[in-house]
Amino acid sequence: MAILTLTINGEQVSGKDDESLLKIARQHEIHIPTLCHLDGLSDVGACRLCLVEIEGQSKLFPACTTKPQEGMVVRTDTERLKRHRRTIVELLASEGNHQCAVCVVNNHCELQDLAYEVGLQYVRFPYLYPKKELDATHKSFVLDRNRCVLCTRCVRVCHEVEGAHTWDIAGRGIDCTIVADMNQPWGTSPSCTSCGKCVRVCPTGALFEKGQTVAEMEKQRDFLKYIVTARTKREWVAEETEE
Amino acid sequence: MKPRVATVWLGGCSGCHMSFLDMDERLIELADKIELVYSPIADVKHFPKDVDVTLVEGAVSNVENEEMARIIRRNSKFVLSFGDCATTGNVTAMRNQFSPDEIMHRAYVELADGDPTIPSEFTTIAKLLPQAKPLHEVIKVDGFLHGCPPTPDQIWFAVSELLAGRTPELPNVYLRYG
Repeated sequence: MAILTLTINGEQVSGKDDESLLKIARQHEIHIPTLCHLDGLSDVGACRLCLVEIEGQSKLFPACTTKPQEGMVVRTDTERLKRHRRTIVELLASEGNHQCAVCVVNNHCELQDLAYEVGLQYVRFPYLYPKKELDATHKSFVLDRNRCVLCTRCVRVCHEVEGAHTWDIAGRGIDCTIVADMNQPWGTSPSCTSCGKCVRVCPTGALFEKGQTVAEMEKQRDFLKYIVTARTKREWVAEETEE
Repeated sequence: MKPRVATVWLGGCSGCHMSFLDMDERLIELADKIELVYSPIADVKHFPKDVDVTLVEGAVSNVENEEMARIIRRNSKFVLSFGDCATTGNVTAMRNQFSPDEIMHRAYVELADGDPTIPSEFTTIAKLLPQAKPLHEVIKVDGFLHGCPPTPDQIWFAVSELLAGRTPELPNVYLRYG
């Protein structure tokens, strides 16, 4: 592990060579919008909202999966990036069925927050109104694919933290969808432990608790940091007693 | 001459107009400043010419809405998408996952209390478009007012700005969906 010095938005910062640009930026209180990233889960660069410009490179890089290099010059707030971020949010809106007015996480939704952040007045692309299925077969939770943005947080938390790997992605392109086990109703999944971690990490109203009404469900994400920290520090492992 | 203002109700629930009326005593102030030339709350049969500002509630859902949208555009200097249905399609567009035939069957046959009949030839109700669309997909829109419905404060702000001759640049606190 080495300490590197780089420049973000004209400010000289330092970070470890195994940290992502996103992590380094956040350590220095430089805001980069994200959707698929969640502290405690691996990064996959799926949503592309954290794209940054790197001097000397023509293409854009996702800050969550890009490692720093000595002397790197990074910009996170150019007009080009703002334009791209707004377009990404617009495409997410047009490709799903996001009716805020009837969503259980209205006013508690990360996609909605992002739309406000990028100043989304209207969507320039035609809405596609895809026909997506809702799975309410689980006794406690509901999967509403209409609200899913395919960030895969649920897939990752189930695999990496809970260890069940109930969730996965099936299909390609616009037909991509979240599936439980062998693409079966969630309620019949033998691997699901009903822990609810996927519900807690979902940024939108795609996963929610049964019995919640409009604008009622607030996601509590603190548990993830608690579990991941405890595991790292082996807080739950009993000390071996000397014989 | 006072600015000529119109409000129109397309494919929506009238919630935005209810919110408009919730401006309460500010309506009296508004009535002094504008001439309301067309609205569901005024008995005017035809959309007039030379309108300065038109607030359009609801998505474009049927052929009548579509025709009205074009008339509004022709006759208005400034068209404001009024609320989430006009801006995003919102709840009105939830029917877009089904065909108009399926929707008519559901509404007039499956859910009928008696006499399950689909109105013939669409003589009493306007023919549904294949999909309900936000207003800007049908006509050019000059401004957007979000919310389901927008709050009276938002409406007051937007209308006041327009009457002052400015395009309402809503502060982020007023940018909200749902």
